[in-house]
Amino acid sequence: MTERLVVSPSPHWKTDKTVSGLMLDVVVALMPAVLASVVFFGWRALTIILTSVSSAVISEAVYEKAVKREVTIKDYSAVITGILLAMNMPPGVPLWMPAIGSAFAIVVAKQIFGGLGYNFVNPALAGRAFLMAAWPLHMTRDWLAPGFFGGVDATSSATPLAVLKGAPGGTLPGIWDMLLGNRAGCLGETSVIAILMGGIYLIWKEVIDPRIPLGFIGTVFVLTWVFGKPGALFQGNAIYHILSGGLFLGAFFMATDYVTSPVTSKGRLLMGIGCGVITVLIRLWGGYPEGVSYSILLMNLVTPLIDRAMVPRYYGWKHEARKEKTL
Amino acid sequence: MIRTRALSGGVHLDDRKISSGKPVEFAGIPPEIVLFMSQHTGAPAKPVVKAGDHVLAGQVVGEAQSFVSASVHASTSGTVKAVEDRYHPILAKPSTAVVIEPDGKGEIWEGVAPGSDDISTLSPEDIIKIARNAGLVGLGGAAFPTAVKLSPPKDKPIDVYLLNGAECEPYLTCDARLMVEEADEIVFGFTAMMKAVGAPRGIVCIEDNKPEAIMAMEKAISGKPGIELCVLKTRYPQGGEKQLIQVVLGREVPPPPGLPFDVGVVVSNVGTAYSLAKALRTGMPLVDRVVTVTGAVGSPSNFRVLLGTQVSFLIEKAGGYTGEPGKVIMGGPMMGVSLPRTDVPVLKGTTGIVVMTKDEVNLDKPLPCIRCGRCVDSCPLRLLPVWIAAYSDRGMYEEAEKYRALDCCECGVCAYRCPSRRPLVQSVRLAKQAIMEERRARAQKVSG
Repeated sequence: MTERLVVSPSPHWKTDKTVSGLMLDVVVALMPAVLASVVFFGWRALTIILTSVSSAVISEAVYEKAVKREVTIKDYSAVITGILLAMNMPPGVPLWMPAIGSAFAIVVAKQIFGGLGYNFVNPALAGRAFLMAAWPLHMTRDWLAPGFFGGVDATSSATPLAVLKGAPGGTLPGIWDMLLGNRAGCLGETSVIAILMGGIYLIWKEVIDPRIPLGFIGTVFVLTWVFGKPGALFQGNAIYHILSGGLFLGAFFMATDYVTSPVTSKGRLLMGIGCGVITVLIRLWGGYPEGVSYSILLMNLVTPLIDRAMVPRYYGWKHEARKEKTL
Repeated sequence: MIRTRALSGGVHLDDRKISSGKPVEFAGIPPEIVLFMSQHTGAPAKPVVKAGDHVLAGQVVGEAQSFVSASVHASTSGTVKAVEDRYHPILAKPSTAVVIEPDGKGEIWEGVAPGSDDISTLSPEDIIKIARNAGLVGLGGAAFPTAVKLSPPKDKPIDVYLLNGAECEPYLTCDARLMVEEADEIVFGFTAMMKAVGAPRGIVCIEDNKPEAIMAMEKAISGKPGIELCVLKTRYPQGGEKQLIQVVLGREVPPPPGLPFDVGVVVSNVGTAYSLAKALRTGMPLVDRVVTVTGAVGSPSNFRVLLGTQVSFLIEKAGGYTGEPGKVIMGGPMMGVSLPRTDVPVLKGTTGIVVMTKDEVNLDKPLPCIRCGRCVDSCPLRLLPVWIAAYSDRGMYEEAEKYRALDCCECGVCAYRCPSRRPLVQSVRLAKQAIMEERRARAQKVSG
């Protein structure tokens, strides 16, 4: 017999779940939130999202061509960055902002470090932080009151978090409006139900580890309940705190970013809790009303340390022997 | 019923046991028999025949040279054509082999004398001696000499003997068929094994995707004191020795050089128990075994194969290739070795031959690691393949050693689940080799 056989190391079977397959799952999971943003903030929301995604994908392709690397836009990771950055913007921003923000996210936060897998912070959040620093007024004032399909008035409207923090003249929306997303806020963060649908889909498909979102949201809930009301313990408005701002979006879609979160399950739980603690610190005692994105960015930076510290007990090793592992 | 514990990590695989309904049939006497002197863990045997000699089935052609070694016997009668180097499928390099041209008569050597049907007349030492003389090794794949396994150190009492019928690799059905067809013989051999190590308790472990085998074994052990059955939920790599001990007994074997002895356990494969039974009753050493020939072949089968039969002969027997062959794997798809050619012989540890078509072969290029943690979540030893591989790929083997590269059992779950298609097992293997070489070099320096 003269067959030509492939010789390669075991295992000879591979799962059909590939990087692009996982990323596509995330894109699918973001669709309810995208839809909700269009429902509440009109077609303007869609143009912001499309601008952001196009800018992300084009920047990635152009940069990779320029440095003669393989073009990787087919792995959908740039699409996710584009959607997530748009989701983190007020609906009233001018269109050049998502374009610039996405280009920054892809080129500076991701590609300069080597592309997908080598970035040390979440690109979309880095893009948002850049926009916050460069054009803070657009990023914190361009709120719109929600209305169905473009029934949006252009007067700025205080976000629930700002109200919680004591912004003058604001009132808190009802709990159903908070859940559905009928309130002021960034494009994709307002509809908790839409985000939750996507999050549950990702957990069901085993794309993300529930420890991160549960640890994150749970920590925020407990801490805002305990410390949420100045001068009194255990009287904070925890429900409103977890439902407002970008908490659900951040917890399910950004803190769970593989590249910038720990690899062990214990480490991921710690990541979630750490994000929750920092978020509450910023929300209750910091200068900004919202702390989700900075908390994730900060935890991204300590992820390598968490990975070093959270080593599981290897099979057959006694607990006492852990120190001898010379780590 | 034994309350089992959950396996750490692992993965549920599509088991594709397409040959499970096929009774074991004799593959026949091939035109050439190639018997490698190295078919087991430990020192190779030394050839004791030369070209031109006439040999009979069961006659020693290679003698064990040390404690951890195993003799090799002619699997059928014929003339020794040569004692020469042939391509060894597992070592992947030329290695000494005795090549026999069978005469087709299958005459049995006069040294093969019927033994005992009554284990109570045999001492543990007798049983160990029979296993040694039969050249018996573990037939589950690792081919560790059985006599060594049956001789635990005196200071390590054995309280449980596990009989491994998990057969967690996809496709393979040789153990399942053996349990269905030869349950009583397997239990006979197992009883002898328990006696040899002085284990008061024996547990037959089978995954729940083999209902026929479970029924047969349940019947065979009924009324046998000290032997229980444990049915496991199917999950890869539960058939690994360390995993089985964890799942069934809740004990963890200490890291290498720790052995199951250290936690009072010995584990053997059902095929080994069957071959020991045969050696006890008939005196016939290990000259054949059951091999599953499956995958993209005309008629997936379970064959009783004379050791030294060529893979190409078995593929023909199983109806030849269907479609264009892409890979021929010796063993299962998770831990088997892909063969560059099919003119290589079946060894003592060969559980199966799996043919994959060209379309089934995954040739995806590895992408950068995205640290999704799937390899970490699925490692049955709770290691961190992501870091071991990353350090290994950068040549930082000392760091890989700190992350316990040497503990890895190469089950392949990490690489199976890697969405970036990184060859994690290969990276870990490289690290292991480099670490062992470094250790040898250091030992030499100390002794020299």
